[in-house]
Amino acid sequence: MGDARVQLLQGNEACAEGALAAGCRFYGGYPITPSSEIAEIMAFRLPQEGGKFVQMEDEIGSIASIIGASMAGVKAFTATSGPGYSLMMENIGYACVTEIPIVIVNVMRCGPSTGQPTATGQGDLMQARWGTHSDHPAITLAAASGQEMYDLTAKAFNLSEKFRMPVTMLSDAVVGHIRERVVLHSPDEIGIVQRKLADESADEYVPMDVDDSHIPALANLGSKHHPYYTGLVHSGKGFFTSKPEEVEYFIRRLSLKVEKHKDELIDVEELGTDDCEVCLVSFGVSGRAAINIAQRMRDAGKKVGHLRLKTVWPFPDEVIKSIAAKCHTFVVPEMNLGQLKLEVERAACGEAKVIGVNNISGSMITTHEIYDVVKEFV
Amino acid sequence: MPEAFLEKYLRLENLPTIWCAGCGLGTDMRSIVKAFDTLELDPDMTVLVSGIGCSSRMPAYVDVNTVHTTHGRAIAFATGIKLANHDLTVVVVSGDGDAAAIGGNHLIHACRRNINITLVVLNNSNYGMTSGQYSPLTPQGSVATTAPYGNVEQSWDLCDLARASGATYVARSTTFHYELITKLVTKGIEHKGFSFIEVITQCPTYFGRFNLAGSPTDMLKYQKTHSIRIERSDGTEEAITIGELYKREAREYCDHYDELIVRAKELKAEMSED
Amino acid sequence: MRYEIRLSGMGGQGLLLAGIIVAEAAMAQGKNVVQTASYGPESRGGASRSEVIISEKAIDYPAVIEADYLLAMTQEATDKFFHEVKPHGIALLDSTWVKEIPAGNVESTYYFPLTETAIEKFEKAIFANIIGLGIICESSKIVEPDYLIAALLDRVPKRYKEMNQVAFETGIELFTNGKIPKGVAGQAVETV
Repeated sequence: MGDARVQLLQGNEACAEGALAAGCRFYGGYPITPSSEIAEIMAFRLPQEGGKFVQMEDEIGSIASIIGASMAGVKAFTATSGPGYSLMMENIGYACVTEIPIVIVNVMRCGPSTGQPTATGQGDLMQARWGTHSDHPAITLAAASGQEMYDLTAKAFNLSEKFRMPVTMLSDAVVGHIRERVVLHSPDEIGIVQRKLADESADEYVPMDVDDSHIPALANLGSKHHPYYTGLVHSGKGFFTSKPEEVEYFIRRLSLKVEKHKDELIDVEELGTDDCEVCLVSFGVSGRAAINIAQRMRDAGKKVGHLRLKTVWPFPDEVIKSIAAKCHTFVVPEMNLGQLKLEVERAACGEAKVIGVNNISGSMITTHEIYDVVKEFV
Repeated sequence: MPEAFLEKYLRLENLPTIWCAGCGLGTDMRSIVKAFDTLELDPDMTVLVSGIGCSSRMPAYVDVNTVHTTHGRAIAFATGIKLANHDLTVVVVSGDGDAAAIGGNHLIHACRRNINITLVVLNNSNYGMTSGQYSPLTPQGSVATTAPYGNVEQSWDLCDLARASGATYVARSTTFHYELITKLVTKGIEHKGFSFIEVITQCPTYFGRFNLAGSPTDMLKYQKTHSIRIERSDGTEEAITIGELYKREAREYCDHYDELIVRAKELKAEMSED
Repeated sequence: MRYEIRLSGMGGQGLLLAGIIVAEAAMAQGKNVVQTASYGPESRGGASRSEVIISEKAIDYPAVIEADYLLAMTQEATDKFFHEVKPHGIALLDSTWVKEIPAGNVESTYYFPLTETAIEKFEKAIFANIIGLGIICESSKIVEPDYLIAALLDRVPKRYKEMNQVAFETGIELFTNGKIPKGVAGQAVETV
């Protein structure tokens, strides 16, 4: 029926197809609502492409297995929801420190602990940034539609390969489960990125040698260079160090990989942010209602703008700052108790008021809820 | 000059090790790499994976492809590594706390999958790295820093657990029987399937000191006098049974998955013809 | 314009498939669509529902707020969803299962034995949903029949394609020929 690349796909299906298009050939996972379809599709689709699927004994095993597969040179990912994401945290830190590319998709549910498994929520925003202990970099994307489940999953692979670090893609029970029109972009259209590999013809490889990018080359397992990967702070050839200057350099460099490339990483969708007096700021599924409000109010001649973060981490401080200089109020609709709002407040530095619209009911935030708040400030 | 096989398989520049004087782990490491040498393993295609603990520092000294992972998770990492690239020879070294406590679930399920990985558990009866707390393999009644009145918990026979969980090669040695370690690790790597090898080793600094086991030499003597070869055992002795305890042939996980890939590709081709 | 369709009944009545077919047809016609389904134990024999939202514009809220069209194939679904239909909306109730039409002010309530007709004509209750699709198509005019047929044939196994098409056309004909009676809200129907 028409163009085979245009399909009605469930968000979770689009995510799995996006991963495959990006070159993913390994999935390690554990069943959890509302992400399980991703595992089911990968179990079906991966072997068709010569890839491997394994259902591990828990989410800790899942993330360990994908880090192992990626070390062996195979692009790998896992999908989960809040409880599983919590279990993965230690090894997300390990992947940051060993600088192994992996992708984690968190299809968010409602509430803390077991919460409301089949209902939607956006409560894991801060966890995606600070869930694993101590200072570490984070790249996190947020999908608002089936198309973005496809595109941003593929992008997450590219970023993880380029920056040699774990990348989280946040989705939610709504976007994960609804079926929408999705264009399956080809690998050529996506532009597949491969990790920078150690030169196997060179006599020597110093794992911690880096250029201005702060991103070192990686030796996959099965290398003549005999890499040593460790979660310990390391230097030079990759072995443990306790020299204060080396420790400091190492931990700073991990974060610099992201800090130095912020402009490249930041991805936002903007509507009327140049001239708005009130600016809505959203991420993920909440953005659907937010953009609708902004558009409708603009059509009615009101100066309302909308900023939707497709990259939530690193946070677009500069974008917020420049809007804060022009608008008087930010309205932040989100399905949590104000996690994004905190960041907007931090970046706005008191230049504009920041008002939250919070829905933690498990149902999607509605246009009415947002409108009722926005109209007070226009 | 060290022996040639040590030159080949050890990162001599990283020596000396962090292990205490009299610790069994150095001997164990020598016996393990001797097995690599016996099999003439290509270091470029050999992966040594570990978790956290004293024994898990071993990959820093072994000159193959090496991964020092998080506490208890070595086997799960190794599962990903082996499944992603079957051509790699994957060996995991783990301690008793690492493999039996925090990593116990991964151990059970790797045995069940019968994936072609060789696991060597270096059992020194306590958590040495964190100064001698009791582990699931600390004998009942023994003293540890977290069992100052004696350990009230039952100890575990990890070989029994591995066998019951589906491991297809199960063996045990002690550090005293260092040549047996080499033999068992060699056979374990050669065996297609999940191989489990326990090595009873001495921790003179903590377990030995707390339990008045004497010098490292005394502890080694204990290993010698309290062990019995499986061939000579009638199963009734109060002794550590050593040797090849169990072996059977069964379909290996990666092979099985490769067959699945062939079927999935055929099915896809059939579906697209429809 | 945003148009909301809710297909409800019980597991095994093919409501998810029907929803996907409507969504794919509308998508092929160039509309924006969102299709959702109820998840969890409900899909295993209990209450089941599938929703389709069709719009010229981007769909901000991907769930039914107040249905423009309700298909209800059980009494339970009717009782639960009949009052969530817009006053000018349409309800199609399968009189094989729905014996009591709740009180309400839905303008057009069609009341027809979808399941019995499917069994009579095709010896299989499973075609009730497709007959229903034909009626929905003709009574709502929200999706062109050609697009619906194309989507239907694309989704069903080869050996059932023809029967499905006939079932769909049966629904269209029944409606066009005025064979789909209207029910009266609040009316209890005597069981045969």
